[in-house]
Amino acid sequence: MITFDAVTKAFPGGTVAVDNLSIELPTGQITVFVGPSGCGKTTSLRMINRLIEPTSGTISIDGEDVTKQDAAVLRRKIGYVIQHAGLFPHRTVQDNIATVPLLNGVNKKQARENAVELLGRVGLDASMATRYPAQLSGGQQQRVGVARALAADPPVMLMDEPFSAVDPIVRDGLQKEFLRLQAEVGKTIAFVTHDIDEAIKLGDTVAVFREGGHLAQVGTPQELLDDPADDFVADFVGRDRGFRGLSFVTAEGLEVEPVQTYVDGVRGVRLLLDDAGRPRGWTVNGSDDVRAITGTFTKQDSLRLVTDLAISSPAGVAVRVDGDGVADGAATHASIADHLADARRESAG
Amino acid sequence: MIEYIQNNYSEILTDLGQHIWLALVPVVLGVIFALPVGYLAVRRGWLYQPIVNLGGVLYSIPSLALFLIMPAILGTGTLSPLNIVVSLAVYTFALLTRTVADALLSVQGQATQAAEAMGFRPFRQLLQVELPMALPVMLAGVRVATVANISLVSVGALIGVGGLGALFTRGLQLGFMEPIIVGIVLSVLLAAVCDIAIVLLQRRLTPWDRVATR
Ligand SMILES: Nc1ncnc2c1ncn2[C@@H]1O[C@H](COP(=O)(O)OP(=O)(O)O)[C@@H](O)[C@H]1O
Ligand SMILES: [Mg+2]
Repeated sequence: MITFDAVTKAFPGGTVAVDNLSIELPTGQITVFVGPSGCGKTTSLRMINRLIEPTSGTISIDGEDVTKQDAAVLRRKIGYVIQHAGLFPHRTVQDNIATVPLLNGVNKKQARENAVELLGRVGLDASMATRYPAQLSGGQQQRVGVARALAADPPVMLMDEPFSAVDPIVRDGLQKEFLRLQAEVGKTIAFVTHDIDEAIKLGDTVAVFREGGHLAQVGTPQELLDDPADDFVADFVGRDRGFRGLSFVTAEGLEVEPVQTYVDGVRGVRLLLDDAGRPRGWTVNGSDDVRAITGTFTKQDSLRLVTDLAISSPAGVAVRVDGDGVADGAATHASIADHLADARRESAG
Repeated sequence: MIEYIQNNYSEILTDLGQHIWLALVPVVLGVIFALPVGYLAVRRGWLYQPIVNLGGVLYSIPSLALFLIMPAILGTGTLSPLNIVVSLAVYTFALLTRTVADALLSVQGQATQAAEAMGFRPFRQLLQVELPMALPVMLAGVRVATVANISLVSVGALIGVGGLGALFTRGLQLGFMEPIIVGIVLSVLLAAVCDIAIVLLQRRLTPWDRVATR
């Protein structure tokens, strides 16, 4: 657990970047610091590994005050990932990843073997090992940055807008893999972003910062969406928070209509299945043009996905599939609304 | 011409040999002194301007003047090669301190910040991160200094120690063109060979740099 106890940072010149911050970051979880630019997120993060020293207050990791520890030794136990990865241009990918193990005195051969193995875990091919960073795309560099931070298996990771500089599609992939990886490694992670969507997607806990390093609210993503503490948080979380809230409700128990109804056709729109019963697409008014199916959902998917599919399909329904991809039901707008109402009643009562 | 070379073969070689070490020993000395002073200019920001100014002043002293006052400073004889070596080392130092400082400053950024955050101690970070990254710029400076030294050595002939420059003074005294031409050709060749050697060295030392600029 990382504990901030009444931490204040005033820079020379008078800017108070962080003002009397107290917060706990639970072990093995992702805590996201989110807020508008300049509100002290990076400063807070960098005080954890002593790149910045607090003016007053204490930060401790598992009860040990960080300022009482040798800075270099402390930092080797804390993975650090930044926006543009900050890879060493003069070192190959494998040697970049091996950095902290080499600082810790691991022999080069073993550190490199380890590095190549890590490449696989962050979704890169082992053939990348001997390339230089300049030979990688931005997204690939970011993966190497994550691998480098993980190489010495530190219990704590600090990530400062790690996915902000890559394009949205790559970012989405990186975020998904990051969550998958975190499910395996279970690090204590402090994650900084200015993007509320990212915060909600990744955070176990989200801490919303406001100007001057004040905490506006700390809670689970769902709590922030359902019950923003004040206008600032409500505004920051955004007008479409109702839609975002759908992310937290699954399609388990959602009423569906028989697939056959749509195979036979509703208002001229028909669902096409292949021989195995897997959805292929839609035809409209008997035309030969087949519109590809935009997606399907399973019981584990979120209501957000189901809603999106229902809105975007020509028949106004989202097609559900079983584990083999065989269509086994269709969810209408009405059934989605009913399911949501049920979920609300349950969480309220 | 060929006859001149055949008759004076060993003398020309001696001049060339002297020219080489008179030019290159100061490069090595200059680098050795410029590295820590350039680093200091970066670490202690307030020293940057004074150090750069000092370099500028040193570099602006005419070479002949420096060669002539060296014996008084060093207590050497007028004909000592040390006068040339130390003078040229001063020029190399003057040129390279700024190059080293600017090269080290130019690599400050994401990568050095990441290095600090990963737990490098300052000296190791300098050796393993900053210096390697600064190498392309520093080696470009070394190329300039080396070529400049090779041409400056000849001026030393005016005070009696000048490598290939001796061929120029001899040609002038005897009214022959041959030694002068041989001197010019050899000194240009020497500069070219040294330049290419440094470029090749740089390619070996910084393979990542070529990848980046491709
Ligand atoms: N080294 C510094 N010196 C002076 N002011 C700084 C320094 N670093 C950050 N600040 C100021 O502190 C405030 C918070 O900065 P930062 O923590 O980087 O914000 P964020 O990461 O939330 O965008 C800003 O007003 C910024 O200008
Ligand atoms: Mg920031």
